[in-house]
Amino acid sequence: MTMNREGRPTRPETAGAVTGTTWTGNRALMLDEPLLFEIGDTQTTGVDFDPAGPGRESRLGGLERRRPIGLAGLSEPETVRHYTRLSRQNYAIDLGLFPLGSCTMKHNPRLCEKVARLPGFADLHPLQPVDTVQGALAVISDLGAWLVRLTGMHSVAMSPKAGAHGELCGLLAIRSALEARGDMREVILVPESAHGTNPATAAFAGYRVENIPANAAGRVDLDALKSRLGPDVAGVMITNPNTCGLFEPDMIAISAAVHAAGGLVYCDGANFNAIVGRVRPGDLGIDAMHINLHKTFSTPHGGGGPGAGPVVFSEALTPFAPLPFVERIQADEGERYVLVEEENADEHHSRSFGRMTAFHGQMGMFTRALAYILSHGADGLRQVAEDAVLNANYVLRSLEDVLEAPFGASGPCMHEALFSDKGFAEGLTTLDVAKGLIDEGYHPMTMYFPLVVHGAMLVEPTETESKAALDQFIGALRNVAERAKAGDPSLKAAPIHAPRRRLDETLAARKPVLVYREPDPAQAAE
Amino acid sequence: MRYLPLSEGDRAAMLAKIGAATIDDLFVDVPAPARLPAKIEGLADHASELAVERHLGSLAGRNMVAGQGPFFLGCGAYRHHIPASVDHLIQRGEFLTSYTPYQPEIAQGTLQVLFEFQTQVARLYDCDVANASMYDGSTACWEAIAMARRITRRGKAILSSGLHPHYVSVARTMARFTGDLLETMLPELTPEPDTMRLIEAVDGETSAVVVQYPDILGRIGDLSELAARVHAQGALLIAVVTEPVALGAIRSPGEMGADIVVGEGQSIGVGLNFGGPYVGLFACQERFVRQMPGRLAGETVDAEGKRGFVLTLSTREQHIRREKATSNICTNSGLCALAFSIHMTLLGEKGLRALAEMNHAGAVKAALRLSSIPGVELVNDSFFNEFTLNLATEARPVVRAMAEAGVLGGVSLGRLYPGAQTLANGLVVAVTETVTDEDVAALEQALTEALK
Repeated sequence: MTMNREGRPTRPETAGAVTGTTWTGNRALMLDEPLLFEIGDTQTTGVDFDPAGPGRESRLGGLERRRPIGLAGLSEPETVRHYTRLSRQNYAIDLGLFPLGSCTMKHNPRLCEKVARLPGFADLHPLQPVDTVQGALAVISDLGAWLVRLTGMHSVAMSPKAGAHGELCGLLAIRSALEARGDMREVILVPESAHGTNPATAAFAGYRVENIPANAAGRVDLDALKSRLGPDVAGVMITNPNTCGLFEPDMIAISAAVHAAGGLVYCDGANFNAIVGRVRPGDLGIDAMHINLHKTFSTPHGGGGPGAGPVVFSEALTPFAPLPFVERIQADEGERYVLVEEENADEHHSRSFGRMTAFHGQMGMFTRALAYILSHGADGLRQVAEDAVLNANYVLRSLEDVLEAPFGASGPCMHEALFSDKGFAEGLTTLDVAKGLIDEGYHPMTMYFPLVVHGAMLVEPTETESKAALDQFIGALRNVAERAKAGDPSLKAAPIHAPRRRLDETLAARKPVLVYREPDPAQAAE
Repeated sequence: MRYLPLSEGDRAAMLAKIGAATIDDLFVDVPAPARLPAKIEGLADHASELAVERHLGSLAGRNMVAGQGPFFLGCGAYRHHIPASVDHLIQRGEFLTSYTPYQPEIAQGTLQVLFEFQTQVARLYDCDVANASMYDGSTACWEAIAMARRITRRGKAILSSGLHPHYVSVARTMARFTGDLLETMLPELTPEPDTMRLIEAVDGETSAVVVQYPDILGRIGDLSELAARVHAQGALLIAVVTEPVALGAIRSPGEMGADIVVGEGQSIGVGLNFGGPYVGLFACQERFVRQMPGRLAGETVDAEGKRGFVLTLSTREQHIRREKATSNICTNSGLCALAFSIHMTLLGEKGLRALAEMNHAGAVKAALRLSSIPGVELVNDSFFNEFTLNLATEARPVVRAMAEAGVLGGVSLGRLYPGAQTLANGLVVAVTETVTDEDVAALEQALTEALK
């Protein structure tokens, strides 16, 4: 044994048998954390308040809350530890490649976080007098102007809160435009490969949804679409690039056919990141498209939101765009920004379909997205699309010998590479490959979507991955895929190194436990 | 460019592996007329971090910051002090840069937070269950109306005149397309909310009565009798809470019989942010859970029997049910829900009650002081931290004049109800724990000056 002078061993002894179990159940840096309600109590608080002044009368209308609420509190050190420990049970883009197809998990620049927190943006009330928020309105106006230029469209609605809310905005504008010409159409056509939000949104907006099939090359079947168009069809919702990661080469023809039949074209812009700076949707005949700022312009996903879903419009739909919006007025003393709301809409915008949300939209996302856009500029945004597409094609061509790429033969993909489960050994599935990737230190790709491919695996690397990072990921996925093809039964047990093994989703749905309930003391005593 | 790691050498090697001569070969599916040969003209090129920060800093400098002077705005967005640890914790990359927890084995952090968040919201509202958040209060309100239609199979909702006018606008926009009938009215500057009117209006065709608590003018009305009447007609009571801190002081809507409680969570942990992103809270009684919109985290066990959490009951949601889903919502307000949850954990029940008490005490003090100004009359009998003043003159110019004097003195009802003459003199004043005695004195002086 090697020791230093104090007798402390400085070299590991030969590792013996390892049991893996510990007294706490923790494993070094892998720390389990109880629920807040198991460690906190209603008498603990982590906030000090300045002593209140002399007591005054209560004006609560006799409705004082007397029953306990049951909100557990923790001191500040305990709070910081609780959430820090929980955070360490999450995978994140900061930790590694996050190839979740259609979700666009790219690096989130911290500059964007910094500017969003400037008090001049973060500490503004939405109902302050308009003269006191000219800088904030300038941000909304500037970002909107970039979005209009990048998409080649006519106008933009900034208030939608997320992609699906943007879809709703687009469909309400379409319906308003059709109704304005006395045209009460009832059907929206949606390709089978669409995001679930598309049909859900169409239904939410009062439309009946019909599917249109894909052709063998993973694109919208133009003939099938054309044959379904008619006086009852209000429009189509098309994702382009689509959810198979492919550009719709017939897009101009699709738009022309829909327009010829009196309908309008909605484009789901979830995948705009693949074409920003290289293609303007306005050149494809699109009437409305939402832009997920949290995808293309990298505002953080935050474990499920918030997002932001501005919608760009063609000239035909512009008069129907929702309130509020910002108008820039060039005056002698410099530019001024007007907020067009209910009160002044009549002069400017009398055909608006109305308001979709309180206040003005996701300001905190606007500042971040604008910082991202200004950082990249027109040249950098084009490079973003090119690198995203290059990275995806690199993954596609590096793995197509081991994983079936159902549309690989039809040419290059856009920003994401699609594989199927064809060739996996009996009993092994896409889910097993996904869980195997977790053990390799990766978040899995999107699985079982789009629905048009069996056992789909949709890999979106994004442009913020280096070649070295891609090569390592490709190696890992290759290895797991080979195990799946060889029928390696150990893959069924994956993940074995994650904070949890596979979770029982059936149990969760069958006996829903959606809130914590303190154990019944009578039962606990038994 | 600093966010793009590929070198020119990498790009060349990768194109070679792909078998493409140039990057243009990867865009061959784009129809020729739509291919842009070069970057879009007339837009700026990339900029350094320093340059971007400087530019946005100058835009930020053109705004009047709420915290830099006396500040009294509310009406659906409130300025509260947020402990420093909240923003620190939500900026941990594992929270900030993670995705919707679709792979639960490596998303237990987010899932446990959501489970705790749901529990906090359910308890605050006194409901059985709560979801993992909505976009904001206004959209949550419409979703509740649509949910009540699905449950009752009736299409007429009666909206209290005390419901936030933006929430009414959102519902009106949607109802025009869904065919729901909405009964709405302008509020009146009376001491009590319109509970009695609602009790009389509810009938056998009503799907839901929607009532804000405290209401847009700050008034607080007992919902118990209304709930009984609504239930007797087979309808649902939807309560909307735009100021969650109030529930540290006043009875919860659930306790008084509300079936669905929705609201804005911004006050706790989120900050003003010029109106967004905020966090919509959504809770209901257990029997309605399968009609709820939005994501739900639920408890389960893993293959070794250890407790864990997953997204559950997803057969309600768009990615499974498509056009038959309960809502089209996908992305929610996860990070804001986290901020809410952390702040609520720091407060705990004791802290929330203390915070509410401080807010109310400050508001009572300010209301007495301001209503003694000549030409100023307090409208409310009851209020929490926000009350309405009826001025002797139109409030909008008064608000502007006070802003010029450096005081953001409240929200004029003329801003919220343009064209409504009966409300034009109304000024809604919110007093949170951030307001000092000096601030109230400044408002008193500015208001006195403006009314001269």
